[in-house]
Amino acid sequence: MKWLPSVTAALLAVLALIGLFFLVSAVADPHLLFGIVVPYAAIGLFLVGIPYRVLKWARSPVPFHVPTVCGQQKSLAWIPADDLDSPYRTSGVIKRMALEILCFRSLFHNEKFKLNTLKKLQFDSGRLLWFGAIAFHWALLIILLRHLRFFTEPVPGFVNALKSLDGLFQWTWWPGIFITDAVLLAAVTYIFLRRVVLPHLRYISLFTDFFPLWLILGIAATGLGMRLIWKVPLLPVKELAIGLITLDPPAPPAFIGRIFYLHLFLVSVLIAYLPYSKLMHSLGVWLSPTRNLKNNSRMVRHANPWNPAVKVHTYEEYEAEFRARMKKAGLPVDKE
Amino acid sequence: MDQPVEYRKGTYCHSAAPKVQAALDLPFPREWQAQEPDWKLPPDWKTIWLSGFKARLKNNRTFRLFLDLCVRCGACSDKCHFFVGSGDPKNMPVLRTELLRSVYKRYFTLGGRIFGRWAGARPLTEEVVKELFYYFYQCTECRRCSVFCPYGIDTCEVTMMARELLSLIGCNIHWVVEPAANSFRTGNHIGILPHAFKATVDSAVDEIEEITGIRINVPINKKGAEVLFVAPSGDYFAVPNWYTFLSYLMLFHEIGLDYTWSTYAGEGGNFGFFHSAELAKRLNAKIYAEARRLGVKWILGGECGHMWRVVHQYMDTFNGPADFLEEPVSPVTGTRFENAASTKMVHICEFTADLIKNGRLTLDPSRNDNVRATFHDSCNISRGMGMFEEPRYILHSVCRHFYEMPEETIREKTFCCGSGAGLGTDENLEMRLRGGFPRANAVRHVRETRGVNLLACICAIDKAVFPVVLDYWVPGVDVGGVHELVANALVMRGEKERTTDLRGKPLVPPEATDGV
Repeated sequence: MKWLPSVTAALLAVLALIGLFFLVSAVADPHLLFGIVVPYAAIGLFLVGIPYRVLKWARSPVPFHVPTVCGQQKSLAWIPADDLDSPYRTSGVIKRMALEILCFRSLFHNEKFKLNTLKKLQFDSGRLLWFGAIAFHWALLIILLRHLRFFTEPVPGFVNALKSLDGLFQWTWWPGIFITDAVLLAAVTYIFLRRVVLPHLRYISLFTDFFPLWLILGIAATGLGMRLIWKVPLLPVKELAIGLITLDPPAPPAFIGRIFYLHLFLVSVLIAYLPYSKLMHSLGVWLSPTRNLKNNSRMVRHANPWNPAVKVHTYEEYEAEFRARMKKAGLPVDKE
Repeated sequence: MDQPVEYRKGTYCHSAAPKVQAALDLPFPREWQAQEPDWKLPPDWKTIWLSGFKARLKNNRTFRLFLDLCVRCGACSDKCHFFVGSGDPKNMPVLRTELLRSVYKRYFTLGGRIFGRWAGARPLTEEVVKELFYYFYQCTECRRCSVFCPYGIDTCEVTMMARELLSLIGCNIHWVVEPAANSFRTGNHIGILPHAFKATVDSAVDEIEEITGIRINVPINKKGAEVLFVAPSGDYFAVPNWYTFLSYLMLFHEIGLDYTWSTYAGEGGNFGFFHSAELAKRLNAKIYAEARRLGVKWILGGECGHMWRVVHQYMDTFNGPADFLEEPVSPVTGTRFENAASTKMVHICEFTADLIKNGRLTLDPSRNDNVRATFHDSCNISRGMGMFEEPRYILHSVCRHFYEMPEETIREKTFCCGSGAGLGTDENLEMRLRGGFPRANAVRHVRETRGVNLLACICAIDKAVFPVVLDYWVPGVDVGGVHELVANALVMRGEKERTTDLRGKPLVPPEATDGV
């Protein structure tokens, strides 16, 4: 698949969703459909999809003990073993997984090569990818946590604290903008640009790589739009949010604003799409046997649940074929 | 992926001959060659292939997970030595897997079934099979990509599955199946018969006597020995592997180890591992079986890469538990090898490092003064085992000129020789030279900056293939084993004054050294 059709089609798909929204909300009140039915459907798909996918992975056994070892093994007492990159204790595995999931440690070690003028390979840091990825994911997480204020009454202290911290610059330069909003937009732009600018990334990118990016961009844009341009009253939004999670959705309020329902619709699409897409990497990484196993396979036996019986060549068969030669060469034999 | 694969001479391996396939009861033995249009696939190959695919998804979490997880971030894209050396985009690990992932999506995911190419899915055709065969026999299962992947996706796991699937419809390469068939029947991959092994040992004994003046005894198939020693069989017929073979014999004689060789389990290297888990298990079974028959207490293993991947990560699972053996204890130093408590097999570098640390070897590193060495971490020893310090400790103890290559190319980031996983054939030379380029380039760096003239390694495939690869990219650098340098430096009781190293090259007189 060529990249240009993919990126265009992904954009058109998101635009089509937006078009659909306006089409429907032009003839009917968006509240029932986009405020209640679609979010519930999305959550339903999410709740069915997540365990379905995770159980599917979990049900496949791990027949062999195959951690990717990146540090010194535990062997002789006087050689310091690397419990992080070659974990031999459970605590080592936990540290390795935590750093991987929270800090993207493998990506942190990324490097790029180039052939310099002396025809020598030169390795430069490829850490920009790590930086973009970590900015994107952490911004996303903080924005998600910030949204808890819509679902809770009273709002927990840490959510308020997060909000004030995130909004540190709001009173100075940038009214209405959170740090994470800016970071997210910048990071999505970077992730998008490297996909279309770098030739090898262009070559591997698919429709399914661009679609979530456009979708997240749409969500961010509508979210920002609500705060900066088409202001939406907080109270009815919060009523709806709390109503949704307490399974007691309210009647249509006097005015929320279409942009809110559009935002919610795109979020619903993302929620519904997540379990059936590459976005499942967020959960799959926990199960990755190359990362979550200890490097202790000679200390403790790893059992394969389907370890099949195989046809072997026994010593008896071997000796039967070569006995005469072995005796002639003076090698011991079992049967004379 | 729309670019059809081209079988260009020098970039692929010969197909397995019917005779060797039949010797191992592999399916659909037939005369065929990859460059020919008709692969003579069995009529129902698609059904066989897809049901094999389904079974593997069910049985291997790595397979299902790694097909599902990838976000195509591209971190792995330039980590493969074949991509660095060839520039072929399908040698980017992400795309190599995508070749198979696209088929997976088409037949095993809802999105792929509905959206087809838009979801990156494509139907299984003969053209696809040809492409898979080409590119999954262009992966050396070195796992370097897996170090950099944020989800630990290991292309090796995918390559293993792809090769198993290809084998189901009778598509194998000769240089995997023939050595495997030989190992199965004769106990070593070149097909040396037991009496010839004895003759080989005898000539090694003569050679050692010439160098050291000591006539040593080499036990073969000896029942009741304390230790069974298993080495890759390349060590006893190829050069420069041969010098490592001599060094084992000298070392074991010097420390008075009660050990034995086996002609039945005479191959540690496991060519079955490059084919399928099943064939790997069939070959590997011999080691424990022979240890049991001979009544040894534990097993010692020689210098080999993928042999140690199998021993360290698979053997106990395949053919254990080895409860008839004892936890290995060095008879010389009394050190318990707790790290091998279950598998009961110790790497010779762990064993020798322990000997040196405990001062049980008399070493004269000046005998290696004509050597300026660097160390190549073998892929499997590194990313499959994590043995980095033991060989370095040994090297520092036995030679005075040891220099590391750039850090992006050693330890867990080490670059493959480019000829592993069954790809080390002559007809595949162009691809091997391309794949060996990043490693050779790092060797060139230390050759130019440090005057390095020896690449020390602990892998039989390295020793077999690097002479060719380095001769092309960086002429003037020899290849040798770590234990070869040990034996050069080893002062043996009752030896005559040595005038040459194991290769018969004169030793540098002490005054000629610069004493660095």
